[in-house]
Amino acid sequence: MAGRGRGRGRGRGSSFAADALGLGRGGEALPPPTAQPPPLFPPLEFSPAPLPKNEEDNYMYLLKQEFRGHMRDSPYCIKPHNKKKDIERYSDKYQVGSGDNGIGWHPDWKRFPKELRIVSRKARPPKSAGSVKPSLSTARVSKKINEEVIKKLDELEKKEDGTKSGEEEEEEEEGQEEEDAEEYYDEEEQEEGTDYISNYFDPGEDYIDEDDGGDDGPTY
Amino acid sequence: MSSLQLKLVSLLVQEHFGDVVEKICTHLLKNGSNNFRSVVSTVKEKPEQVKKALCVLIQHNIVKYGLNKRGMVEYTADVEKALLLVRYPRYIYSAKTLYGDIGELIVEEVLHHGEILMSNVVEKVKVRLKEAMEGNQLEPSAIKDKFIDLVNTHFLQRLPSWSAEDDEESKVIPLIPHLSVSDADLYRIPETAGVTGKRKRPLNDGGRSSKRARSSSVGSEPDQEVPLDDGIYWKVNFERFHRYFRDQDIISAITQRIDKSAGDVVATMLRMSELTTDFMARETKPLSFHDIARQMPKKLENRQLEQYMKLLLDDQTMIVKKYGDAGGGMYEIDLEQASRVICTANIESVVQERFGSKSFRIFKTLLKKKYLEQKQIENFALIPAKEAKELVYQMFAENFITVQEIPRTPDHAPSRTFYLFTVELGQVTFMLAERCYKSLINLMTRRHFESAENKRLIEKEQKVEAITASMQGSGAEPAQLEEIEKTMTQLEKEQLQKYKGRIAKLEQSELQTDKTVFVLNSFILQEAEGRL
Repeated sequence: MAGRGRGRGRGRGSSFAADALGLGRGGEALPPPTAQPPPLFPPLEFSPAPLPKNEEDNYMYLLKQEFRGHMRDSPYCIKPHNKKKDIERYSDKYQVGSGDNGIGWHPDWKRFPKELRIVSRKARPPKSAGSVKPSLSTARVSKKINEEVIKKLDELEKKEDGTKSGEEEEEEEEGQEEEDAEEYYDEEEQEEGTDYISNYFDPGEDYIDEDDGGDDGPTY
Repeated sequence: MSSLQLKLVSLLVQEHFGDVVEKICTHLLKNGSNNFRSVVSTVKEKPEQVKKALCVLIQHNIVKYGLNKRGMVEYTADVEKALLLVRYPRYIYSAKTLYGDIGELIVEEVLHHGEILMSNVVEKVKVRLKEAMEGNQLEPSAIKDKFIDLVNTHFLQRLPSWSAEDDEESKVIPLIPHLSVSDADLYRIPETAGVTGKRKRPLNDGGRSSKRARSSSVGSEPDQEVPLDDGIYWKVNFERFHRYFRDQDIISAITQRIDKSAGDVVATMLRMSELTTDFMARETKPLSFHDIARQMPKKLENRQLEQYMKLLLDDQTMIVKKYGDAGGGMYEIDLEQASRVICTANIESVVQERFGSKSFRIFKTLLKKKYLEQKQIENFALIPAKEAKELVYQMFAENFITVQEIPRTPDHAPSRTFYLFTVELGQVTFMLAERCYKSLINLMTRRHFESAENKRLIEKEQKVEAITASMQGSGAEPAQLEEIEKTMTQLEKEQLQKYKGRIAKLEQSELQTDKTVFVLNSFILQEAEGRL
């Protein structure tokens, strides 16, 4: 880089690099080539100007801390999963947000791609209690799903357990989800299927809605 | 997107949303658009976790989704959006200066949630205000009015929403929701959204109850009810805030250069063109002299205003230009020029602080004269040859100055070539922006290091505080409190104090650096726009 910066030496014809920088002539050598990386903390020639201290900056600093603190505590901040591994407690399952399915906030699922839907058993609206009401809904749903199962049995032979798992929030979603979700099943089962803990679910009150109940299917 | 930006984003995201989200965001940034399956398989996280993380990122507008050619859902992360995380305090603060405490809380809530319903914001702000100002009565509609103000001035923007008929009719849920909003609706509050009430799901009509009835229903289960403005989400319009920052920069530049009244004149002009001029426009719409005179907050005499206009026109910076003579003279503000001037000033001060005043002189000479030979630099900057060479070399080595070679013969022989030094503003700006990112990374890394170093102390302090608070709550004796107080030794207290001081300094530096980043980036943006 340095060698090219010749400012003026028109017509002088001597070694150009040193001359152009005005270093070479009077016995001053060029700085030796550097073989090692520059120091991690080079000396500061000019000390930096102090930070402006006014109310605005102070306030913004407080806002910054507060905002960060808030985000840390908010459900948007996802804690790493394996932290919970120290000891498994029975009560873990019933703690809001600590379970695998707890998302902690209430996303408006209509705004997210379908494949991302997580149905939290905690967030299940009490409304679903109504759907437990005996035969009416069960009959309607199970008929639809039975056909589905037969179709799937043909397709997947041994993978009967790949059908819908038991955590439907609203029955009206079931029908279409079934169809669309099919393409994801194969691989997802292999990924999730072995993990019993993460897919274990509490059958809950609307267990009866499902044809094949709490197996290891993916949860949508 | 540079690797530095990437690093900074990952630090920022980690700080705000935790490790899992950071991992996924970094993956998306490094590998471009990706579908869910490949994300899951590469990041080695449970699908559940990935889902959650993606939801968080989408919620905060950092990740976008779309269908690719094969009909798969793909996720794309946006560096620019993620980098804004460092600027959030500034948005909140400027909302405070513009709209007071309520405005501050509204913007803060919206930023907390990324996108949010108006009714939720109003609820949350109401709760927080109640905590803050116990007893003091607040107009119930004040929060709503402020929200509407913010929307009307485009500081908040509506997000696309699904259309109502899709929602009702089709039973099949598409892979991705089709969200849309018309331009006209972007800053319009739908009638229903103005009402903060909620309606019960089963009975769709009769939801618009009177205000009294509404406030009584607030306490009940949110799960059961759908807010009236369900589906109409709002987010912070960062562009509008950036524009506000830029305008403030211009005003303060003029104020520093001429005086307060001149700043007022420019502020008036900017305010008048706020809604008529596009954000990326190169200049504001021309404003007539009389209009400006009428809109001035503090009445200046026409003669005085005339003088100020003349002063502004004659100014070297050329931020204010004359457009025509109609209507007592038409004036406009050259936003591109303003951005360039401010950016140049920033770069100049960097040169001054880093290399000293002599180098600064050389740099300014080069800026003014564009292309100079070494000999000319010495002459114009009035610096002895030897010293000038060294200074030029220093700046050249640090990439502040570039060399343009002009060979006299086609063989590029050094002896027959002119070497012209010049400052390429765009390139220097870009380089400085990168350096700012680097220093932001360094600042944050240092902060994490400091926090890790003093972790034990911090935790102890928190514990002591918690115990004191709970004891105070249960009415403990002052002697007991003192005892607990004493568990922190003097040394520990001093250490903590020092630590806090350092953290404050680091954080404030972050905010300062971001201000510079903003100035540099808006110039880069302007340049890019100009080249199109």
